[in-house]
Amino acid sequence: MAFAAIGSNSTQTEQVPRRRSKVAIILLLPGLAYLALFFLTPLVSLVMTSLQTPVEFGDVGQYQAAFQIENYAIVVGAYWPHFLRAFGYALAATFFALVISYPLAYFIGVKARRWPLLQALMLTLVIAPFFISFLLRTLAWKQLMSDDSGLVSALKTLTILPADGHLTGTAFSVIFGLTYNFLPFMTLPIYTTLERLDTRYLEAGADLYASPFTTFWRVTVPLSMPGVVSGTLLTFIPASGDYINASASFLGSAQTQMVGNVIESQFISLLNYPQASALSVLLMGLILLIVALYVKRSGTEDLL
Amino acid sequence: MKLSLGKWLLPLYSALALIFIMIPIAYTFVFSFNASVKSNIVWVGFTLDNWINVCQAQGVCAAFGTSLLVGAVATVIATVLGTAMAIALVRFKFRGRSTVSLLLFLPMATPEVVLGAGLAAQFLSAGVPKGLGTIIIAHALFCLSFVVVTVKARVASLDPALEEAGRDLYGSSAQVFMKITLPLLMPGIIAAALLSFALSFDDFIITRFNNGSVETFPVFVYTAAAKGMPPEANVIASAVFLFALILVVVSQLTSAARRKRLAQVS
Amino acid sequence: MAQSDFAEAGADLELVGITKRFPGFTAIDELDLLIPAGSFFALLGPSGCGKTTTLRLVAGLEEPTSGRILIGGKDVTGTKSFKRPVNTVFQSYALFPHMSVLENVAFGLRRRGISDAAGKAHEALRLVELDHLAARKPQQLSGGQQQRVALARAVVNRPALLLLDEPLGALDLKLRRQMQLELKSIQSEVGLTFLHVTHDQEEAMTMADTVAVMNKGRIEQMGAPEELYELPKTAFVANFLGQSNLFTGDVTSSEKASIIVDVGGVKIEVPTSRAQRHTGEVTIGVRPEKLMLYTSAPTATPGVNVLGPGRVTDVSFSGVSTQYLVAVPGLGVITVFAQNMEFGPVAHIGEEIWMSWKVEHGFGLADEPGIVPRFSADTDTATIATQRRHQLLAEIEEG
Repeated sequence: MAFAAIGSNSTQTEQVPRRRSKVAIILLLPGLAYLALFFLTPLVSLVMTSLQTPVEFGDVGQYQAAFQIENYAIVVGAYWPHFLRAFGYALAATFFALVISYPLAYFIGVKARRWPLLQALMLTLVIAPFFISFLLRTLAWKQLMSDDSGLVSALKTLTILPADGHLTGTAFSVIFGLTYNFLPFMTLPIYTTLERLDTRYLEAGADLYASPFTTFWRVTVPLSMPGVVSGTLLTFIPASGDYINASASFLGSAQTQMVGNVIESQFISLLNYPQASALSVLLMGLILLIVALYVKRSGTEDLL
Repeated sequence: MKLSLGKWLLPLYSALALIFIMIPIAYTFVFSFNASVKSNIVWVGFTLDNWINVCQAQGVCAAFGTSLLVGAVATVIATVLGTAMAIALVRFKFRGRSTVSLLLFLPMATPEVVLGAGLAAQFLSAGVPKGLGTIIIAHALFCLSFVVVTVKARVASLDPALEEAGRDLYGSSAQVFMKITLPLLMPGIIAAALLSFALSFDDFIITRFNNGSVETFPVFVYTAAAKGMPPEANVIASAVFLFALILVVVSQLTSAARRKRLAQVS
Repeated sequence: MAQSDFAEAGADLELVGITKRFPGFTAIDELDLLIPAGSFFALLGPSGCGKTTTLRLVAGLEEPTSGRILIGGKDVTGTKSFKRPVNTVFQSYALFPHMSVLENVAFGLRRRGISDAAGKAHEALRLVELDHLAARKPQQLSGGQQQRVALARAVVNRPALLLLDEPLGALDLKLRRQMQLELKSIQSEVGLTFLHVTHDQEEAMTMADTVAVMNKGRIEQMGAPEELYELPKTAFVANFLGQSNLFTGDVTSSEKASIIVDVGGVKIEVPTSRAQRHTGEVTIGVRPEKLMLYTSAPTATPGVNVLGPGRVTDVSFSGVSTQYLVAVPGLGVITVFAQNMEFGPVAHIGEEIWMSWKVEHGFGLADEPGIVPRFSADTDTATIATQRRHQLLAEIEEG
């Protein structure tokens, strides 16, 4: 092309954003100040607090600035199973959410296109849990899975569950709760990418001798990857830091405590701020590491 | 045989998934009519009393009011700050643009428990007493990134030629912004505000670290979960659910009607 | 806010030494241009030639790297877009989707605080025969109607200068023809200066009084449409504006009336007044519709160039005319457009054929064959003609 070197005129001028950085600074400054004050500074506070030591002969909850790096060794020694549980449960929940969401999102986004009203209705149902209290819907599952519920007695009659078995307070119920609660975060991004999927690609696949399954695997799945990546992130990150589902007053028990539960109780009940902070710093660091590796592996950096 | 199975499998699976999603919602709704006295666990009998006298349960209406207030103020802060940032990110090229994007992504990649603990640690070290203000600050923080993402998409889809046409037709920068840019961004800004409000209204994890003695609706539910849930909590949750549902359905229907009208004309 | 009133008439537009550089490339290079008041001026060129950038500079949507812009003798180089007496009909129309048609048209008037904005907007809508749709939203209009609203929205402000950025590109052929005529009649009715940017040569030629052909940020040639077509001065113009048969050869004799060019052993005569260069290696050309076809060798007549025999390699029928491709040894493939005066083609593939044209129809180009870079552009037929000549000469020597 003769003009490739010069480039198309109209796109060039449209794509180059205006460079009036003064206006940009005015627009950005309040938001940046907010983030600096209430996001970055708290992270610094967290790191500082995580290194504090108790005030000698002080009250409970009184700490002083120090460089007590041992706090980290102490929390890792004491709570590594909680980290494992947090990431294990979150991973399992992400997997199950993907298994439930993908076909659902595919049906709504691709198959239901011919019926816009059905599509809108199904989409509304997918986001319906957003509209009802997170805590109440988790409690609802707790009641539905309680020992004297019909579900448990049915499972016991079918001997799937032993006579002295429980559903609540187990790893199963915690993963179940996490899966349920973060399901919309998985379904919506996948739906968004599939909804934009041009069905002519599928026709082209069929035209080029691919079976429906091959077309799905070679065309649809790769094209929906951005949605899958953001869906898995939006599920995994909050699930690994959650402390509601695993708490004993909801779907968990003392045996299912995740790191979020430890942070919550150390901070709020035990007033052990340094340990809670050290756990928070570790949790955030690990999650950022996992996210960075995952994003890098899936090759969707531009997605963020 | 195989064909008909394949044809039915996906719709069936989707229907089951949607039923699964609706189960606890239906449960909460049904139990809002339970004539229970202390804890709303066992079905006692049907009554409309909970709906008629919602505020009879101690603290539930006050908590609901607090949640509305927190949601409204946090939404306004997050929407104003976030919209300005979204416009700057799409429309201007400046050094450090990717750093700003990263800074906006980080709060979304941070587990809420860490956000909550971090803010609490900072309020502690700064000696700020926890209360309504600290809740609002925390809520506006986690809503901000979502507002930026939502509005950014809208700004990016806005044809720059429209603003140029405004300038060409004698509109000053301020006039072009008020008469063209802002009205055209409005659907995105409204969506972002609704999302922020929903996120704020339902947040417990961060609130727990920063509420002091102030009780939002989720805090009320959390406390009640240990000592017995009044059915009025279910009433409020169900009412909010129905209200939001009606809002969604109405907006879907009006946009469908508009599409139809446009299709007829052209 | 009320600034200058309606322009009484169109104003001159003058560009002096305008250069516009974007990071990585130069869009416009030292451009000088004078567009007289009241004229319909077209900037014609392929995408990327700098024509849209020129228009945006005049509108004030871009700032020139250097140079001055004068409207009606007043320097507006530093004037903000919204203070220039200029309005634009955008390529995508850029109608505000959240306003009604009437609000769109009245927008500029209201910004300037002009009284009875609605009344004047209705008047402008009547001019484009869309007043009955004033209450509609732009999305509810067809493409042609949207285009007319965009035109009314610009014209209602009575700008000294109206800019049209390929506004007909999105319309289908029939509608485009109709709009072309409409635009032209509106221009003569309101008497403004129109600057029209387009890549459609036919559109430029039917509508404009003056056409400037732009290439790589510079104006190649400027003039009335017939003048540009009948006497192109560069290979780019010869091929961008219609088609041309180009030949490269050395001038063997240069008389007062005509020059003789030796193209692969064939002597071709070109009027001296129509040739830009009179010595050395030159490129000459003739339009395909100026050629006559003969099935037997015509007798040599003074004032007529004869080529042949050649072999017909392709015949394609296009309604009014038929295009023949004829391969002539030493000259390459020559294109001939013949009017369909008879049913069916006058010559068939493989037949031997002769061609002639009147000497006065030929033209000589200004391109310097040596300077034209090799493989630079696929539209640069002078280079191709030069290369083909050397290749054919080599073939002849071998054979």
